[in-house]
Amino acid sequence: MMKMKATGALAAAAAAVLALSACGSGGGSAEAGKGEISYWLWDANQLPAYQQCADDFTKANPDITVKITQRGWDDYWSTLTNGFVGGTAPDVFTNHLGRYGELAENKQLLAIDDAVAKDKVDLSAYNEGLADLWVGQDGKRYGLPKDWDTIGLFYNKDMLTAAGISEDQMKDLTWNPEDGGSYEKVIAHLTVDKAGKRGDEPGFDKNNVQVYGLGLNGGGDSSGQTEWSYLTNTTGWSHTDKNPWGTHYNYDDPKFQESMQWFAGLADKGYMPKLETTVGASMADTFAAGKSAINAHGSWMIGQYTGYKGIQVGIAPTPVGPEGKRASMFNGLADSIWAGTKKKDASIKWVEYLASSACQDVVASKAVVFPALKASSDKAAAAFQAKGVDVTAFTEHVKNKTTFLYPITDNTAKVKGIMEPAMDAVVSGKAPVSSLTAANEQVNALFK
Amino acid sequence: MTTLTRNPSSREQNPKRTLLNRKLPGTRSDVRIALFFIAPAMIGFVLFYLVPTVRGIYLSFTEYNILGDPEWIGLENYQAIAKDPLFWNSLAVTGQYVVLNIALQTTLALGLALLMHQVAKSTIIRGALLLPYLMSNVIAALLWFWMLDYQIGVVNQFIEWAGLPRAAFFGSEEWAIPTQALINTWRHMGYTALLIFAGLQSIPGHVYEVAKLDGASAWQTFRKITIPLLRPVLVLVLVVTVIGSFQVFDTVAVTTGGGPVNATRVIQYYIYQRAFTESDFGYGSAIAVILFLILALVAFIQMKFLKGNESDLD
Repeated sequence: MMKMKATGALAAAAAAVLALSACGSGGGSAEAGKGEISYWLWDANQLPAYQQCADDFTKANPDITVKITQRGWDDYWSTLTNGFVGGTAPDVFTNHLGRYGELAENKQLLAIDDAVAKDKVDLSAYNEGLADLWVGQDGKRYGLPKDWDTIGLFYNKDMLTAAGISEDQMKDLTWNPEDGGSYEKVIAHLTVDKAGKRGDEPGFDKNNVQVYGLGLNGGGDSSGQTEWSYLTNTTGWSHTDKNPWGTHYNYDDPKFQESMQWFAGLADKGYMPKLETTVGASMADTFAAGKSAINAHGSWMIGQYTGYKGIQVGIAPTPVGPEGKRASMFNGLADSIWAGTKKKDASIKWVEYLASSACQDVVASKAVVFPALKASSDKAAAAFQAKGVDVTAFTEHVKNKTTFLYPITDNTAKVKGIMEPAMDAVVSGKAPVSSLTAANEQVNALFK
Repeated sequence: MTTLTRNPSSREQNPKRTLLNRKLPGTRSDVRIALFFIAPAMIGFVLFYLVPTVRGIYLSFTEYNILGDPEWIGLENYQAIAKDPLFWNSLAVTGQYVVLNIALQTTLALGLALLMHQVAKSTIIRGALLLPYLMSNVIAALLWFWMLDYQIGVVNQFIEWAGLPRAAFFGSEEWAIPTQALINTWRHMGYTALLIFAGLQSIPGHVYEVAKLDGASAWQTFRKITIPLLRPVLVLVLVVTVIGSFQVFDTVAVTTGGGPVNATRVIQYYIYQRAFTESDFGYGSAIAVILFLILALVAFIQMKFLKGNESDLD
């Protein structure tokens, strides 16, 4: 028995050594333009669209095949990091604005400027600003845009009807940090307590709420992408001194803290669930369970919200702020190439194909996300319309240029590590908004 | 020892050689065989424990973001940790968890073991007690995460029917740690009970007979006979479960992720956050080394003061 174990262990050790040495020698020419390339993405909803792109790509380039692996968001980045270190990272992968700065700085991404110039990729065909996001601090391009998202208000149509609020009213909401504008009035009116009293009626019991006017996703950590940035950024405030590649965060700005004060106050008034009650079931699911009337959420959630059975969902644009404009965070993904790829030429071909109308039209036709190309975006909007979903609330942000970019800086993971508990404390009412000033100092110390 | 006396004649003939004999020929083959038997465990130990531990200690003196090269910075990480409120918070939170978890788990497991020993003799019932332990930590945590959900969890539905206010088991700072301590108590008590049960079975029956003859009450028998004779097993169980309890991670990682605010940012989760999420492997390693020292100290104190390596049966 023991002997078998020993030889087994030796065999395993030998195999490990072989595997390790194989990493170093295998792969052949570094410039290989054929063979199998690996591609990773995290959104399972988009897998069918990209699988079709891969099949079409192989049809056009018979000597290249693409092996797609989908991994959930939670595992995606740690597995990718392990791959960079262990030499098993995919040739091409879906990249996020919040992550790529650090990857580029650590020389894990392949700059593709030469290829983009040589193959004459038309960067102006993408929705405005998307292509520029992927130029790093060193001025080099590390990805080609694949899609974008904005924020909108998903609402329960039946609850609106019951409250006597028209869908047109929803399209013209206003907001300000002092009294919340018509946005707060609508939220208050949509809130109903267990006795059936509405949030703006006398005798409303804020401790026994049946339906909240506004759902809550979480504290929003550093970006507040779907939670509060669509409000805070209508006041002229922005996360950082400049974007991309800011080096100073602004959570200490009184304008911001005033907005957060209003936001946290909603829970106090009983119009929004307390943060502690939102740990667990997702905001979308509690909306489907009839616990909230309006949810501010991203365009990537359209499929989920409109997919719930028995609930009529409408989508309104985010409210107009004190400066007379709406605001939505504009986030975009891109496909990047790993610097350690053994099949550089084939990978570049695939990335350019993913960024071309051939693939983005396929993605558009599946009506799951908005592709980065302007023409393909319109096709996606039409595909959503054909499914009976009006997505103007999301597209008009882009059309009217009321978007602002996801804050791209160094140290994003550490900033999030500091701001997550700090924001939770504020939104749950455990700490005053002024506590954000100390957190902001901690954040800015990272950039010194 | 026997090898030394195996060849008495040579000792008389050549006293100088016997000196060598004592050390070499007799033992050499033993060493070889011993090494052969030890090798599988040794390879595993060196590869998966010793090397990572030594490397971890080395990394704790460096600044290392895994994609670059480690850079030696001496004691800087440790100095920063001493001033890091989140580190001290993680110690306090972990301590709270360990006390709740161990106190409940050991008490309940002891009770269960006594029941298994004296009442529930059916293998099916004894086996059923172990069922939660057969479930993966993550599944157990997620199962309870859903059942205890504030909005749509079944437990809160029952609480409401009973006329009590709903409780944010995972969301409130007061409840988050007790909830997780209870979940892991639920999962581990069957296994702990099994260990204690094995200890109970090793207590000879005649001591109980004598106690009975002397007219000892059930409580007296338990206090004066069961507990003292069970002590070595109890100490072992405590050392193992306390170490395990200090390392709570998976339950936190799949449910609260350190929140609300910092209420469940236990030490292992904080290490993970610093090292893997924020790519600060040097800092994470330094906290891991500190945790290692704490656990070594705790285990030492337990063994020393509870005399875990002595038995009153001798």
